[in-house]
Amino acid sequence: MTTTTAAPAAVSTPVRQRSRFVPRRLAPGRLGAWLVLGLVVVATVFPFYWMVRTSLTPTADLIADSDRLFPTDPTLVNFRRVLGLTTTEEAIAAGGTGASINFLRYTMNSFIFAGSVALTQTLSCAAAAYAFARLTFRGRDGLFVLIIAGLMIPGIFTLLPNFALMRELGLLNTMLALVAPSLLVTPFAIFFLRQFFLSLPRSVEEAAMLDGVGPLGRFWRFALPMSRGPIATMILITFVGMWKEYLWPLVAGNSESTRVLTVGLSVFQQQSPNTRPDWTGLMAGSTLSVIPVLLILIFLGRQLVQSLNFSGGK
Amino acid sequence: MTRLLETSADPGRRRDSDDGPSGRAVKKPIRDRKEAWAAAILLLPALFGFAVFWIYPTIRGTYYSMTDFNLLREPEFIGLENFRQIASDPQVWSSLRITAVFAIANIVLVMVLALVLAALMQRLNLKTWLRSVLLLPWLVPNVAIALIWGWLLDANVGYLKNLLDSVGIGGVTFYNPKAALWIIVMISVWSGLGYTALLLYAGMLQVPAELYEAGSIDGASETRMFFGITLPLIRPVIALVLVVSFIGSFQVFDLVQVGYGNNPIPEVRVIYYYIYQLAFSFHRMGYASAVSILLVVLLGALTYVQLRIMRANRSDLA
Repeated sequence: MTTTTAAPAAVSTPVRQRSRFVPRRLAPGRLGAWLVLGLVVVATVFPFYWMVRTSLTPTADLIADSDRLFPTDPTLVNFRRVLGLTTTEEAIAAGGTGASINFLRYTMNSFIFAGSVALTQTLSCAAAAYAFARLTFRGRDGLFVLIIAGLMIPGIFTLLPNFALMRELGLLNTMLALVAPSLLVTPFAIFFLRQFFLSLPRSVEEAAMLDGVGPLGRFWRFALPMSRGPIATMILITFVGMWKEYLWPLVAGNSESTRVLTVGLSVFQQQSPNTRPDWTGLMAGSTLSVIPVLLILIFLGRQLVQSLNFSGGK
Repeated sequence: MTRLLETSADPGRRRDSDDGPSGRAVKKPIRDRKEAWAAAILLLPALFGFAVFWIYPTIRGTYYSMTDFNLLREPEFIGLENFRQIASDPQVWSSLRITAVFAIANIVLVMVLALVLAALMQRLNLKTWLRSVLLLPWLVPNVAIALIWGWLLDANVGYLKNLLDSVGIGGVTFYNPKAALWIIVMISVWSGLGYTALLLYAGMLQVPAELYEAGSIDGASETRMFFGITLPLIRPVIALVLVVSFIGSFQVFDLVQVGYGNNPIPEVRVIYYYIYQLAFSFHRMGYASAVSILLVVLLGALTYVQLRIMRANRSDLA
């Protein structure tokens, strides 16, 4: 909820050349700088390493291995049991509660939820953003201000009535209820894409206009293809935001068939006894929830980082 | 807000407004009517979503705040009774106080550390892959983050807990009431640091290199240049990040709800959690709406003050 509204910086020009400047007195300072940076990187990565390490540890070794950097006897059984690929007896033998958990299902739900919202929302917001950036119509500026004002409303305020609405429509615990509030619009996406459309050169569109291409055609055939980068970025950011989403799926879709990964994880934790949590299973589940974003980072990290440059710069 | 609107005053737009958005005294009425139709079609999906899931719930939420409503029967109008109750509800104020402490600690720590980190990035010219590593915690669901840290700080076999014990910092367990709020702060700083640093770093890229060269010729030290050149010039970005992370901090929820379960120790009951509890555990929908209105007003006021203090719409760079 908060992540997609994370960077409403004014975007009007692409990032300029980085300022290259080499200070004179380097050696000790530079060494210290790298040291600090190395520390930050280790602090960033270590918890994830520890998560993966624990997920590969047999439950029986959990205490004995608690201070070892590598598991003595690595195993994949924790993954198999959280994915529901083991029998109940096997799961209990491996340290689980035997309660049914099915992360395969939750992972798929997460993909459907995040994927459909990311695609639909971005397209719908791109259309609106184009209208706000390039078309003339009555009440345009007022409408835009109204939508941007939506950015200021904390999510929980609209969440309660939206929950009531879904309940009245009998849609609770359906995929539709999960996606509905974010499927078509988020003010941030409109704002972000509008900034980009404003920065597109007008000449192409003017030429198209002379050729008699209507406004819809100009949006679909010129503005959209010319903005492939920002559109892809927006889809990516929205996907990540939805992948992380927790509160709405928790209240609107916390049944076995519509449970997403984040909610599944927290339910799994609540099933595990407080006195002796099933840490190996929990870490296997957490690892599963990290894998997709890790893949995004590996394959699209450059684009993601550049999109931050793009939205943070002015 | 003023800044958001200001950006729309680009040359392209100005030309548009010559046509007159009023729709009357226009030069090319046919083109305009066509554009209005196209705009209507393009806006339809987004406006539909906005009307149903933003405007309608805002109106409804405001109405709920003046009712006694438990989801089971029709809301019953009780005027300002809920707000009168808020005034004498210590839990509202304690959760607001906890949230404020969290927000301030979180923002101060993230800002200071992120500025240092961003300055290092600027000076060391980091490779993109290294920068994306720093982004990892921001990409991961808070649910997983809460679990990972819960495990690292497990009272019995937590790796970090044992590590801290061995260097003489004892008692840092996840459920220690005295430490809990600070643990949430620490986790939150950890997860937001890379992302914030990258945003600030992006702002620093806009500072012209000549300024540093000039400073360097004048014999200014690194620190001096940071405070004299970098900091003042990226003020708009700092202001923006401040406002956004402030609003974000007041919405902390996942870390608490997952980390501390459905009946969290009172030391970490933040305002979002309390509203959630009111609505979904105690089924007091009307009262929950009233408390969230309080939050809307509070955040609105704070944002306004922050923007004024930082004068976000004035950039020395522009």
